[in-house]
Amino acid sequence: MPTAHDVLFKTLADPTRRAIFERLCRQGEQTVGGLTAQAGISQPAVSKHLGVLKQAGLVRDRHEGRQTHYSAQLGALAPLIDWTSEMAGFWQKKFDDLEDLLKRMDQ
Amino acid sequence: MTNTATETRSVVVEREMPHPPEKLWRALTQPHLIEEWLMKNDFVPVVGHRFNLRGDWGGVLDCEVLAIEPNKALSYTWNFKHADAAFDLQSVVTFTLTPTRTGTLLRMEQTGFRPDQKQAHGGAHAGWKQFFAKLEELVARAD
Repeated sequence: MPTAHDVLFKTLADPTRRAIFERLCRQGEQTVGGLTAQAGISQPAVSKHLGVLKQAGLVRDRHEGRQTHYSAQLGALAPLIDWTSEMAGFWQKKFDDLEDLLKRMDQ
Repeated sequence: MTNTATETRSVVVEREMPHPPEKLWRALTQPHLIEEWLMKNDFVPVVGHRFNLRGDWGGVLDCEVLAIEPNKALSYTWNFKHADAAFDLQSVVTFTLTPTRTGTLLRMEQTGFRPDQKQAHGGAHAGWKQFFAKLEELVARAD
């Protein structure tokens, strides 16, 4: 039986699918049409990717009239990361920014 | 108490920087400078002062100054409230500045826990860009 990790990795291993998911993370809820306009692939192909993302719990759909809106479910990623490693990466980046600032500051 | 709900963990990031402690201290304690490298804030260097750090991703951290030792150490709470326990975080961040021959060793220790924390269970509320970079690496290795 595949574990939650297997499903997540398999789902996000496809670059096109990952790009769709990242767009939903960054830009919030989108329709299939809106996603297709940016994806460079056909609407049926985008819908298929969304279906796989939905099965993995990574996106949720909401019907409104004739439109279906998709949003990212960040909680689905929780098994992949521990907050300490997440924060270590966060602080490394912030220390980079701090060093940049120190270079610009007067003594 | 030994249950997982009270298990604390910590993360330490250290870096030596070619600048005197006094200069680092300004970057750590002056709001307009904190904003340039960390987040928007209403920090005041007074023990007991409550403030918020506001991230680019829309999240707001609840903080309270716990300890101040000018040019040496600064400590504040770093709490993120979220209905989903996987995103909730209660922690304390402590910066320690140690002069070296060529500058300052800056040490950041963050200690805390998630209320319903399970082993290898977490969430992502900060550092999304880094997370995606990491995810790309992981996915590349998983192929």
